[in-house]
Amino acid sequence: MRRSPWLRILRPLTPRARIACGVLAFVLPLALWSLVSYVPAIWHPQVRITDPGSVSYLDTGAYLPRAAFDTEVADARHEQRAAPKGVSANPIYLPSPGQVLQAFYRAFTTRPETKDGPWLYQSLWHSIQIIFWGYMISSLLGVPLGILCGAYAAMARLNEPFLEFFRYLPAPAFGALAVAILGIYDGPKIAIIVIGTFFQQVLIIANTTRKLDPALLEAALTLGTRSRQLLTRVVIPGILPDLYRDQRILLGWAWTYLIVAELIGTTSGITWFITQQARYQHFANVYAAIAMIGILGLGTDLLLARLGRSLFPWDRALVKSA
Amino acid sequence: MHGLASPPPLLPSYREQSAAVRARFDSLKAREVIMTVSHLHKNFDSDGRSTLALQDIHFSTHRREFLCIVGPSGCGKSTLVRILAGLEEPSSGEVLLQGRPVTGPGSDRGMVFQAYTLFPWLTVKKNVMFGLQVNGTGRLQAERDAMQWLQLIGLERFAEAYPHQLSGGMKQRVAIVRALANQPRILLMDEPFGALDAQTRARMQVHLLEIWRKIDITIVFITHDLDEAILLADRILVLSAHPGEVQELIEVPVPRPRSLAQFITPEFLATKARLEQLIYSASQETTEEELYPMMARMTDVRDNVE
Repeated sequence: MRRSPWLRILRPLTPRARIACGVLAFVLPLALWSLVSYVPAIWHPQVRITDPGSVSYLDTGAYLPRAAFDTEVADARHEQRAAPKGVSANPIYLPSPGQVLQAFYRAFTTRPETKDGPWLYQSLWHSIQIIFWGYMISSLLGVPLGILCGAYAAMARLNEPFLEFFRYLPAPAFGALAVAILGIYDGPKIAIIVIGTFFQQVLIIANTTRKLDPALLEAALTLGTRSRQLLTRVVIPGILPDLYRDQRILLGWAWTYLIVAELIGTTSGITWFITQQARYQHFANVYAAIAMIGILGLGTDLLLARLGRSLFPWDRALVKSA
Repeated sequence: MHGLASPPPLLPSYREQSAAVRARFDSLKAREVIMTVSHLHKNFDSDGRSTLALQDIHFSTHRREFLCIVGPSGCGKSTLVRILAGLEEPSSGEVLLQGRPVTGPGSDRGMVFQAYTLFPWLTVKKNVMFGLQVNGTGRLQAERDAMQWLQLIGLERFAEAYPHQLSGGMKQRVAIVRALANQPRILLMDEPFGALDAQTRARMQVHLLEIWRKIDITIVFITHDLDEAILLADRILVLSAHPGEVQELIEVPVPRPRSLAQFITPEFLATKARLEQLIYSASQETTEEELYPMMARMTDVRDNVE
């Protein structure tokens, strides 16, 4: 009997199945969301009022729990007043996929609501800059320190116990401190991203460095390499593909700190847009903005993965997954 | 049945040498000494217990000699060659390379490992250039030298390939010329063909002999394959296990040039019989492994395969 190709442990899928699963990974959640949004029989716990009738406290477009609405209708009928009318609706915080798609498009095409307010793409660009500088500063310090810790046991013992302690401190806890030191604009936001990324970065890269095959170092030594050259000639080129993968993961890490970071001091960037829209209960816009972050993050990562394949043609882990 | 079981052939003594072989050994021993190992001990300390891995190793090897080191597993042959390379320090005793003590790894001793140690991020050509460049040879000169070495072993077509694109045998051929490109005085090889399949291994042995014939190089070759040792070596250093000690330094009486066809010559068989006697009789006494159990029969008595 042939076993189903879907249930073989640790075996790769056929290329077609791979693509199919990849597409389904996005289509399935979307389908679920559509089902909940567009089939009135599913969920829809509220009623959106289309005609308040004789009920004085109702307005057109207001949301009412179904039970309360039913009571009002029954009361009105009983007293022979005009009954309110409404349609089944999901709560306001769950817009339909279509509404979000519209909001996505509108966000780029309509003027900001306040006269000198930023366009959405300007908010996004500001967020990207915050991420970029936070990640850059963290990497400029963290990558060399990580490699040194991985290469030299003394460096590791000197730094890693403290870093292990520090990485458990939640980065947002330093928000107030960062504002006190760096002001209310971009400084503290970048600082939070650095704090959130740096400590993990050093530890992860130190571990990656330690995984280098020691036989390569010995081979280099027997070829006459002096120990100072080992770092630049063997350690760094040897770990480069793995280092690159670590850096991709850490960039994702930096993104997850973005929203918290942007709430510190004056709210800015995509976070400003999201909080503003939530305040007006424009939840479709909120979802659109969240989706934009996801698309931007995934897009960057796919781009970097492709770049990695051409940068490191010898890397077998990449060759295999290509 | 009786017809097939021929009496054991009367082998000559492995010490008997033909005139030509004796003359070769005389000229070999007349050459300068390249490496001398004297009173070498090595202790490993773990958990407060000290284990003696090598005890009073002594031998010397002459210029352009091919020396094999064999011994049962656990005799410390890998440790020995790592000490020769300078990758480990002896607990006492010393290694002299042309009279100068060895204190650490250096380009005067090349090494080929059992594991593939080509640098995966460098092309074949750049792997061969590596040793030259870290020792200060300019890029262009290193490139010219590397191409010559690759031509010598017939791999110039793969100069721009990465190691992961090569077969195991090719990787080891590149590893050999990478070590030779530095023009070391001695080439240390730690079971370099151990990971290869039998056919590739046989071809590599012939190939290595060809390289050795053409280049001024002394080779110290570790193996646990007795046929391989006899095929390659001028002399074979036999170690015993626990602790590793020199049992005998055998002069191989098989004439040169060597070929795989010599596996059935009387000299070859006599040498092999002696090696087996030294290695297996000794290892049976000191073996730490349990005997494998006799199994109960789990098939029908009439269902025989032998």
